[in-house]
Amino acid sequence: MNKTDLSGTSKGYKIFSLVVLILLTVFFLFPLYWIVTGSFKDVIEINARQPIWFPQNSTVDNYLRLFEHPAMLWMFNIVFISAAAMILTCLTASLAGYALAKKRFYGRAVLFTIIICAMALPKQVIVIPLLQEMTAIHMNDSLWAVILPTVGWPFGVFLMKQFAENIPNEILEAARMDGAGELKTFITVVFPMIKPGIGALAIFTFVNTWNDYFLQLVMLSSEAHWTLPLAIANLQGEMSSDFGLIMAGAALASIPIVVVFLMFQKYFTSGITMGAVKG
Amino acid sequence: MAQARTAAGGSKPQKKQPQTTQTSRTLARRETLSAYLFLLPSLFFFISFVVVPMFICVFYSFTEYGLGGVKGFAGLDNYIKLFKDPVFHRGFLNTLLIVVVAVPTVTAFSLWVASAIYKMHAVTRSFFRCVFYLPVVTGSVAITVVWKWILHPYNGILNQVAGTTGFDWLGTQSTAIWFIILILFTTSIGQPIVLYVAALGNVDNSLVEAAEVDGGTKLQVFWKIKWPQMMPTTLYILVITTINSFQCFALIQLLTKGGPLNSTMTIMYQVYDTAYRLNDLGYANAIGVVLALIIAIFSALQFKIAKTD
Repeated sequence: MNKTDLSGTSKGYKIFSLVVLILLTVFFLFPLYWIVTGSFKDVIEINARQPIWFPQNSTVDNYLRLFEHPAMLWMFNIVFISAAAMILTCLTASLAGYALAKKRFYGRAVLFTIIICAMALPKQVIVIPLLQEMTAIHMNDSLWAVILPTVGWPFGVFLMKQFAENIPNEILEAARMDGAGELKTFITVVFPMIKPGIGALAIFTFVNTWNDYFLQLVMLSSEAHWTLPLAIANLQGEMSSDFGLIMAGAALASIPIVVVFLMFQKYFTSGITMGAVKG
Repeated sequence: MAQARTAAGGSKPQKKQPQTTQTSRTLARRETLSAYLFLLPSLFFFISFVVVPMFICVFYSFTEYGLGGVKGFAGLDNYIKLFKDPVFHRGFLNTLLIVVVAVPTVTAFSLWVASAIYKMHAVTRSFFRCVFYLPVVTGSVAITVVWKWILHPYNGILNQVAGTTGFDWLGTQSTAIWFIILILFTTSIGQPIVLYVAALGNVDNSLVEAAEVDGGTKLQVFWKIKWPQMMPTTLYILVITTINSFQCFALIQLLTKGGPLNSTMTIMYQVYDTAYRLNDLGYANAIGVVLALIIAIFSALQFKIAKTD
């Protein structure tokens, strides 16, 4: 693989890399295209033995059959889980990230090391005790069983610390000289400065929670508490050849989140980048 | 209350120490207290739902724990079983294969894409960035179910285009894991590309220009100047991609369930399978602990190698 950058390199190479990029674009967008077009194909086209690149007899039948299931409820569940996790994470992580970045307190280094280590820990490892904990506090098979562990995940604290470190100490000092209390300093000085960071964290948490299939699979057992992605996975297990219905579900589960991503792309990029700086 | 406590605690040394130390210590205490108040909500969730379960997990790994609850202390039995378990051996090798193939390819590939797009017009650049990030956003379930259809022996587009009617890509031992790696690859390169594009934009241009004036070739400039400056980014990408590859779950759960004949079994999937299909919770926790240790060792190694480079 050639690892030069493009600037000033030969024209031939520029054309070559553009062609490769376009081919890759087709390859990367194809699954999405296939989900959307597949969701409008009728049974015959779905089961056809030759490729049907575009639905000839477009039908919304798959969506109608999807809504014979409680699909709206599943949609509500996933939106609720993602939104609640997002709000709680932003609240707790921005406070904690600021403290970690700007306060010199006893136990700071140890705490930060623990947070870094915990970020590498796969959720799957702790899920058995986690499920028991949820049962103990009577929250098993409820939406909160997915929300609470998501909020506990320390990535948000780490990200907000990275953002809060850019606040100049002089500004905090000045606020203190003016006699502003800790909370007032946070709300009037710190909050406006880490707003882009909170935006990044919000969108990040929302998308990641939406797509956290594993936690939903383990925590949510009754059909009324399923989320849309979980329901699609489960339907796929039950009726593995009804691809029309499954594609309709996949489209419904992914299009909202893709739209959210495209709208807030800028925040997303800054969130990803900030996580790496000084990481 | 905070002030009362600091005053009481500080009354004794006050006589010996100069006034300045006293005030700075009071300040330090106030700072610590306020810091922990800020940390409190976050720590509550972190301790309750990450730290505590982690300790319970380690505890269970030393017990015999089946459907009826904990049956007794098992000592190191679960860990000894692990070393003799052929499924674990297979899972370990498969996980290693996934990591060893996916991590370098994702890193090299995302570096190539990033260097190809970072000097493009802002609109084109963000278009390509989006394209490669979309599979991440679309979600593992949606991506996985559509791949299941693409790879279906009879209704799948791959066999129809390739003319290999009826071939079961996911049901064949030699091909299943490679498709898992391929799909994992498409859902992994989005973030590294964003990171590399940003890192390439931050490279110190005065150094690059100086090297070009001195007659350095493009390739030399890249390896001697840009690459070392991007080392922290590369390290971060290596670590997150490794963790990502270890954690790949939905793909395996929805496409192969570890089969055929354990050919796509990974350590991660074995934790789930042992716990929820075989109901051997003690053993599942032991596998989980070992997995966490393996990830820790991998991350530490990568840090070490990158630091000495």
